[in-house]
Amino acid sequence: MMEAVTELTWNLSRDVQQLFAYHFMVNAFRAGTVVAVVAAAVGWLMVLRRASFAGHTLAVVSFPGAAGAVWLGISITAGYFAASIAAALVIAMVPGSRGGGTSRESAVIGTVQAFALACGVLFVSLYGGLLDSVTGLLFGSFLGVSDSQVVTLLVVGAGVLAVLAAIGRPLFFASVDPDVASARGVPVRLLGVVFLVLLGTTAAEVSQITGALLVFALLVMPAAAAQQLTARPGWSLALSVLLALLVTWAGLVAAYFSTYPVGFYVTTFGFAAYGLSAAGRSLSEWIGTRGRPGLAPRLAVDR
Amino acid sequence: MSDPDPAASPVTGAATGTPPAVQVVDAAVRLGGRTIWSGVNLDVGRGEFVAVLGPNGAGKSTLVKALLGIVPLSSGRATVLGRPPGDAGRAIGYLPQRRSFDPGLRVRGIDIVRLGFDGDRWGLPIPGGGRLSAARKEQRRRVAEVIELVGATAYASRPIGQVSGGEQQRLLIAQALVRGPQLLLLDEPLDSLDLPNQASVAALISRLCQQRGVTVMIVAHDANPILSYLDRVVYLAGGRAVAGAPAEVITSATLSSLYGTPIEVLSASDGRLVVVGEPEAPARHADRHADHSPKAPG
Repeated sequence: MMEAVTELTWNLSRDVQQLFAYHFMVNAFRAGTVVAVVAAAVGWLMVLRRASFAGHTLAVVSFPGAAGAVWLGISITAGYFAASIAAALVIAMVPGSRGGGTSRESAVIGTVQAFALACGVLFVSLYGGLLDSVTGLLFGSFLGVSDSQVVTLLVVGAGVLAVLAAIGRPLFFASVDPDVASARGVPVRLLGVVFLVLLGTTAAEVSQITGALLVFALLVMPAAAAQQLTARPGWSLALSVLLALLVTWAGLVAAYFSTYPVGFYVTTFGFAAYGLSAAGRSLSEWIGTRGRPGLAPRLAVDR
Repeated sequence: MSDPDPAASPVTGAATGTPPAVQVVDAAVRLGGRTIWSGVNLDVGRGEFVAVLGPNGAGKSTLVKALLGIVPLSSGRATVLGRPPGDAGRAIGYLPQRRSFDPGLRVRGIDIVRLGFDGDRWGLPIPGGGRLSAARKEQRRRVAEVIELVGATAYASRPIGQVSGGEQQRLLIAQALVRGPQLLLLDEPLDSLDLPNQASVAALISRLCQQRGVTVMIVAHDANPILSYLDRVVYLAGGRAVAGAPAEVITSATLSSLYGTPIEVLSASDGRLVVVGEPEAPARHADRHADHSPKAPG
């Protein structure tokens, strides 16, 4: 995919020079950075709310959105956002929904997802498109990020983060303890709808980098890994953003210097981060239990 | 982002002119075309420890929700701390019917308690602001104080899903207490705890009531763990209610007339009361714990 000049050497400054020699790569880093920060923050709440299935569906829906936009000849970016936000509103209309959980809601989400994929296939065949573009939509591509696309990602991402900051604490309350939150006057239902729209917007952003099927690489993995590592909300949120940035940057570098797609690398690094965190937590809990002899019998009585 | 009013501290004793904690006059609630209960009268003084008793589906939780203003009264009237239901929000600490946290939830107990303090405020806490602002210091002090009060200091920093049911319940009581409420509404706080935990949580609640002057209304399935602490009981059954001192209400005569069928109250040698002959609860209420919608009576 690259010419022979892009070769990893032991000379770090030469590598960095190579990396940013092309404008498309600079744009890929800009877009990746914006997307990583937004995905990590929204994904952190998504993991907390057990709304991963909804998040996945909203991402998959961006595929027909983009395919439809290509077919109609309008902006692909607009297609991504329109489809994901529309799907977020559909899921939010399910009575009693909180963004994941109840079986009725899961069924609706699954139905929306299947139909969306089917529409995507239809749009691609209506366009008579090339297989290459389908792969790009599903599994990501960082080659074609334009300047205007970076600006759009940045503006939308900043908007998502601003709304998230404004509703952050009540949303966290409603996510972990909805009964008490609603008794305290927190609009739990409304916050759930707003969160789904934020999630849809974020899924559409991430899809443009990782592809519709690998959105979880940035939406779930860093957040889940961070929540394994610490139970302190502030630290875990910050860690989630840090992991997402590292995973994205490492994935872009790896993809640049090899012939394999960026989606694979970002996902693999995210998977490694999650696997290591989960293993580390199990290990530290095991050591902790062994180290405190009084704990085991007390738990046996208490539970 | 202004901080909650620090003056919302518990009021001790019944000062002259202080409205009663709870006053319910000839109240009724209808949900889904069915009258849950009617003709309920209740006066709860400041600092009293009151139990709401009755069989499954009698509308015990509905009474609590009516006092919170979540469920409207279809007739009659109610005041809570001298205000209409729903208007006294900050001065009420509420613990909903048994909820347990997902074992995988990676949020500490102390965070759950802190949400009880400021979770309903918009915005985000500013990272690192804790050392600077007096309000944040006050918040930390309060959170640490209530956690100490319920005896949860040892496990408050562990993820809430990983502590035992009794420990979760203590943390949730701390959450309900953190704003210094004048009235605590606790919906089955002893439900699904083992007997030693029931006894210790009941003793804790009674201690709060006596030492802090907090009025406590507790929905209970079984009166025995709290019987010795109670000032008053409300017994709901068959769509009606009787309120009064425990020794007057939990008797064969009173309960028989309430249920409209012969009921026997037996006293065991250790002082425990056993109610015999309660009609079986209707089957449709069997899954009431699975249903958290405010419309569920029970």
